Amino acid sequence: MVAETLVEDVKKVVERWKDKEGNLIMVLHDVQDRYGYVPREAALEVSRQLDAPLARIYEVLTFYNYFKVQAPGKFNISVCLGTACYLKGATTLIEEIREILHVEEGHSTKDGLFHLQIVRCLGCCGLAPVITVDGKVYSAVKRSDVVNIIAEYSNK
Amino acid sequence: MKRILIQDTNGNLRKELRDFHVSLTSQLRDRNLAEAAQVVIVADIGVYQKGLVAKILPEGFVYGNLEAKHIPAIIEQTIQKGEKIAGLALEKKNKQMRLVLRNCGVIDPESFEDYLRCDGYQGLARALEMGPEKVIEEMKKAGLRGRGGAGFPTWLKWNLTRAVPGAVKFIICNGDEGDPGAYMDRSVLEGDPHAVIEGMMIGGLAVGATQGIFYIRAEYPLAVQRIQKAIDTCYAKGLLGKNILGSSFNFEIEIRLGAGAFVCGEETALIASVEGLRGYPRPRPPFPSVKGLWGHPTVINNVETLANISYIFLHGGEAFGKIGMEGSTGTKVFALTGKVRNSGLVEVPMGISLREIVFDIGGGVLNNKKIRAIQTGGPSGGVIPEQFFDTPVGYESLQKLGSIMGSGGMIVLDENDCMVDISKFYLGFCVDESCGKCAPCRIGGTQMLAILTRIAAGKGEEDDLKKLDEIASAMQKASLCGLGQTAPNPVVSTLKYFAEEYRAHVIDKKCPSGKCSSLVAYSINKEKCTACGMCARACPATAITGSRTDKYTIDKAKCISCGQCFEVCKFGAVVRQ
Repeated sequence: MVAETLVEDVKKVVERWKDKEGNLIMVLHDVQDRYGYVPREAALEVSRQLDAPLARIYEVLTFYNYFKVQAPGKFNISVCLGTACYLKGATTLIEEIREILHVEEGHSTKDGLFHLQIVRCLGCCGLAPVITVDGKVYSAVKRSDVVNIIAEYSNK
Repeated sequence: MKRILIQDTNGNLRKELRDFHVSLTSQLRDRNLAEAAQVVIVADIGVYQKGLVAKILPEGFVYGNLEAKHIPAIIEQTIQKGEKIAGLALEKKNKQMRLVLRNCGVIDPESFEDYLRCDGYQGLARALEMGPEKVIEEMKKAGLRGRGGAGFPTWLKWNLTRAVPGAVKFIICNGDEGDPGAYMDRSVLEGDPHAVIEGMMIGGLAVGATQGIFYIRAEYPLAVQRIQKAIDTCYAKGLLGKNILGSSFNFEIEIRLGAGAFVCGEETALIASVEGLRGYPRPRPPFPSVKGLWGHPTVINNVETLANISYIFLHGGEAFGKIGMEGSTGTKVFALTGKVRNSGLVEVPMGISLREIVFDIGGGVLNNKKIRAIQTGGPSGGVIPEQFFDTPVGYESLQKLGSIMGSGGMIVLDENDCMVDISKFYLGFCVDESCGKCAPCRIGGTQMLAILTRIAAGKGEEDDLKKLDEIASAMQKASLCGLGQTAPNPVVSTLKYFAEEYRAHVIDKKCPSGKCSSLVAYSINKEKCTACGMCARACPATAITGSRTDKYTIDKAKCISCGQCFEVCKFGAVVRQ
């Protein structure tokens, strides 16, 4: 669903950055902060207002991992797959989440409640393996902890 | 005034922590000490697996495994008398030396005044008095080399940029820490933002840049927020803008966000990203020092490098040059993680041995397992086996061993880690992150990964090992940028030191560490089995059947080789082959 204020929102962002050279990435960051992802409509609007071809926008969106072009879930689970987490069993956590939620990496559950993504290092390797749900950090997670973490959110 | 910092990193301790905090503050109040000691809950002190941990400032005592019953002693002995309680104090990691992390965890990173109290911006004032040429001279004395990985001498980089004529020049701080398993830059940006800004300003002065850019990962929101706040304060206090500290030096700083691309650690790709483009590297020359951001001379320094610079100008280049070893001066911050007892950031003088870092500072291997190797340098580095642990840590010494210093990831691998699996992990990362511009990296990486995947699945052929070597050498020689040139390093170094293990996978179709699940088979030793049934309950594939009387067996057809039965069996009855 796209907000009615889309044109206005994009305008505000573009206004903030229009005098800066090489502003496209920063504009897209602001758009993603606002919507949680970059909807196609917003990309079109950015293209119009920055007077840049749509291909130029998607060229950047698809290159960088941080940008999302699909709507996130209500709760976003990020499993860290940095080296420390990998060694301490992060892949088993991913398996467990897949089994419980029937969701693949980069996708949302059918009810749109959870979105699973795999990230490369959250920068807290001392706590490995780490999962975050909407920014809340769960540290030294064991496979058996996963079900409780998910339960915490599914009833919210 | 004393400060008691209580560490709150581990979610599992919430209740104990809350109770401890409440009773500590109330007991302090009861003794009319509420004004004399401030209790602060902090995110990280850097000590883990020691229960509830607190640090008392200004003495710097660190106490671990705390319980409510310790509170009276802490108040009477430490708060009132300033004495250390031997029974609670955790052994001080005195092999460390904090230059870069000097203020991290000590000052309030959002307080400009706190930084000034630690002689903040004194280095800048000195540099302004010295003028650009002497600044570079001072850096030459210090011998500081880039901490981002390649180890290029910073003074030389500055001198090259300075020598290029141009009215517009840039200095960029590379805060796009993408190496999985390394987080020193985040800690410095979050813990001591002004030190990095000060270093950048000194660099700007030296090369003649008037514009600085912080390029920071968007995944580090707190770092972005703190740097932004520090920049705003500097503008308000007249430390940024025109005629800084009454001199003729003008300097502006802004932030640009990275968006999750490992290749942007490469200088030319980073520049493309700041320009709002895809982070594709460009062929060099021209080097950024000649033709960088928007075609202007540009110098790029890593976060840790810049934090060192503010230190150098506070204490002098000569003093800095005496720390560390010949050719590699100063300290290095490592993110010590993996199978090590105390994981966390450590800052050590160069020249210390790997053994000292892992065993004396890190406390040895987790769960008393046997260490196999240390991996340094992340996806661009290599593994170092035990016979070389006494090598002093320096740029050249690590390179000779087939690894690199890198940005400072240091991962401890134990007997349960498989070398084929670990090189597959790192290579998979580089294949994911390869930008695809040049063929050696794009195609070579993918082919090597396919071979490794085949080997891990037990379908490797003898010829594969030779092929890995050939592709690796082609990638190292022909790739356009550092990512492709160094991507084969984990494979090359494991092949060099653990060739036997590769052969075990390829010829015997066995994974000695049991990590490659398609190469292991589990069975139950009936003599050791006590028929407790733990394995059957743990099995996700219901492959284990049996009863109290018959004991248990594994149905090989159903078994998915996940190893859970092996993990849960307390009697060593589950056999892995």
